[in-house]
Amino acid sequence: PAMNCRAEVLEVSVEGRQVEEAMLAVLHTVLLHRSTGKFHYKKEGTYSIGTVGTQDVDCDFIDFAYVRVSSEELDRALRKAVGEFKDALRSSGSDGMGQISLEFYQKKKSRWPFSDECIPWELWTIKVNVVNLANEQERQICREKVGEKLCEKIINIVEVMNRHEYLPKMPTQSEVDNVFDTSLKDVQPYLYKISYQITDSLGTSVTTTMRRLIKDTLAL
Amino acid sequence: AMDTDLSSQDRKDLDKFIKFFALKTVQVIVQARLGEKICTRSSSSPTGSDWFNLAIKDIPEVTHEAKKALAGQLPAVGRSMCVEISLKTSEGDSMELEIWCLEMNEKCDKEIKVSYTVYNRLSLLLKSLLAITRVTPAYRLSRKQGHEYVILYRIYFGEVQLSGLGEGFQTVRVGTVGTPVGTITLSCAYRINLAFMSTRQFERTPPIMGIIIDHFVDRPYPSSSPMHPCNYRGGEDNGAVYPTVEDSQEVCTTSFSTSPPSQCVFTVTKAHFQTPSPVVTDTLKVPVMGLAFSHQLSSSRLSYQPAALGVGSADMGYPVLFAGGLNAAHPHQLIGPGKEGGVPPVPSQPAHGTQADQERMCTPLDGVHYSAATPSSSEDTETVSNSSEGKCGSPHDLLETIFIRKVGAFVNKPINQVTMANLDIPFAMFAPKNVELEDSDPMVNPPDSPETESPLQGSLHSEGSSGSSTGNTQDDFVMIDFKPAFSKDDILPMDLGTFYREFQNPPQLSSLSIDIGAQSMAEDLDSLPEKLAVHEKNVKEFDAFVETLQ
Repeated sequence: PAMNCRAEVLEVSVEGRQVEEAMLAVLHTVLLHRSTGKFHYKKEGTYSIGTVGTQDVDCDFIDFAYVRVSSEELDRALRKAVGEFKDALRSSGSDGMGQISLEFYQKKKSRWPFSDECIPWELWTIKVNVVNLANEQERQICREKVGEKLCEKIINIVEVMNRHEYLPKMPTQSEVDNVFDTSLKDVQPYLYKISYQITDSLGTSVTTTMRRLIKDTLAL
Repeated sequence: AMDTDLSSQDRKDLDKFIKFFALKTVQVIVQARLGEKICTRSSSSPTGSDWFNLAIKDIPEVTHEAKKALAGQLPAVGRSMCVEISLKTSEGDSMELEIWCLEMNEKCDKEIKVSYTVYNRLSLLLKSLLAITRVTPAYRLSRKQGHEYVILYRIYFGEVQLSGLGEGFQTVRVGTVGTPVGTITLSCAYRINLAFMSTRQFERTPPIMGIIIDHFVDRPYPSSSPMHPCNYRGGEDNGAVYPTVEDSQEVCTTSFSTSPPSQCVFTVTKAHFQTPSPVVTDTLKVPVMGLAFSHQLSSSRLSYQPAALGVGSADMGYPVLFAGGLNAAHPHQLIGPGKEGGVPPVPSQPAHGTQADQERMCTPLDGVHYSAATPSSSEDTETVSNSSEGKCGSPHDLLETIFIRKVGAFVNKPINQVTMANLDIPFAMFAPKNVELEDSDPMVNPPDSPETESPLQGSLHSEGSSGSSTGNTQDDFVMIDFKPAFSKDDILPMDLGTFYREFQNPPQLSSLSIDIGAQSMAEDLDSLPEKLAVHEKNVKEFDAFVETLQ
């Protein structure tokens, strides 16, 4: 139970082949705002921050482009999560509804024998509705429409980011792993986890949680 | 009263942050409209030149234009920095697409920590700007520029002018950052009529001109692409020669303290300058930034366009070239001969008349007072150009500060030979006004472009020849006894060969003649929705018509 976890929900309707790109666009945009350069701690309790590069990504199935952080590790982790989500959507049945969540959390160390607590402070949920299109003309219109919708989502995300609401305090060196994911070599996102739910045709939810995606990816 | 709450060092830092935030804002916006994908690399070690911990390249000309517009001032109440993005067609018509506004309002946040919170929020705001610049309609247009139109930018400082955006323009807020001296606001007002002109229209028309409009000015290394690839950072850490002039102009690494915010400590790493060891100070709120800069500033050499130059070259509509700015951290990077430092001279940019400026020593980078150590702003008097020229005045004024893309890699012609390009049919509805003659038109005639097969090409060629269809380009080709296959047609009682000969040099379309009253492009754009609606209504008729052709 989070004290102050703000939650944002976005909804998109997309064609099956657009699911991945649409999810990546949203997730990357959020993580762009929630990643910093790598911290380098020095003496006297000071630290310096590395540099975050960015790059444009063009979508193939949507008339849309977005900016993401220049980090192949991060991109891979997101692609893996989104790929699993897409597969789950596809194999779930004809309804094609589900949601993918990006949660930012802090770790709170507990004394033995209790395990560390994960306290979420921001939760982004993207609700996805997969549509089936009949012909090429509809697909073309869908390319443009979804592109326009994603533009709106980016604006929504930026609005939330601009509220300058709660962010974890900048941690000391000993605490940094409770706030940030320091496992990547070039950037440092806040600790996050991605999970998804598929709604089957009966309307019930099937939950799959994937933890520490980056660790999983690197373990491969 | 405000200043007593803010320490003088905080004030200096804040001014510097705002100044560089403004410069980076301009870079992000302009780079997002160049028509190319941007890619910069993350670097885990602070390089000392990346403001706000973001890898945003500095196009020197853009920085120059921004500084020129700011003229040593900072955004303040009633004095906003605006970046105007407009589209200019091959026919010479131009239209404002967006105005990006960096404004300051009076709402102060006295409690906020300058060196820490403000800095990080400015960084966040730049990220938001990166994201938002991709979602306004002009982005997709700018990605497709080059064939029928180019995207131009203009920076001005003063009052925001939105009247050129047409009716019903929309605004999107990028974000705000509160500071002890006011709240910084970044937003964009954009024309929406363009949505109808969307990329579809430009996509369908095949490029008539086979040129690629390259970046604004000559690069010192012509073989390199205008935007550096992600791997450009190769040689940066060795502190020796730097391959580009586009590193940001001042060192800006900051260190943050994890102790209570009041103990923020700054270090500046002069990794790229002569003293390799970081200058670390360990007292509270040490003005390290200021001190670090005092050394660099006194030896920095920046070249500004003198006011005298401004009008002359701009009249011709050429990019306002300048002798490749020397940035504070890398004094060896100046393009030009005879610079101090061990760098071999690189070919200087062809700056008309600015050659003399290369040798000119400027002292502090601008009028903002950073610290007592810097010589008092003798260059306050150096206001380069009047900020009042930012007003949207006559087209003449507009040209004065517009950058016009120059001919790029694929064109043989030197930049002087800009001529009116072949007019593009989709724009035929826009009656050309008294367009400036060839030497100010940004589009270049393609050299021997094989695509120019349209029989109308001759008559569309140049308005300067008062509409007479000379059909020059077709004279080389004489058709003799042409017996094309499948040339019999039931509708027209002539064969294809006859048809071709007869219609090889048609009279110019009346809508293209200069005599037609100047209908504003905005009006035409406004009427587009109606026209489209009418067309949609008559879809069945069109379909039936198409059937008759089959």
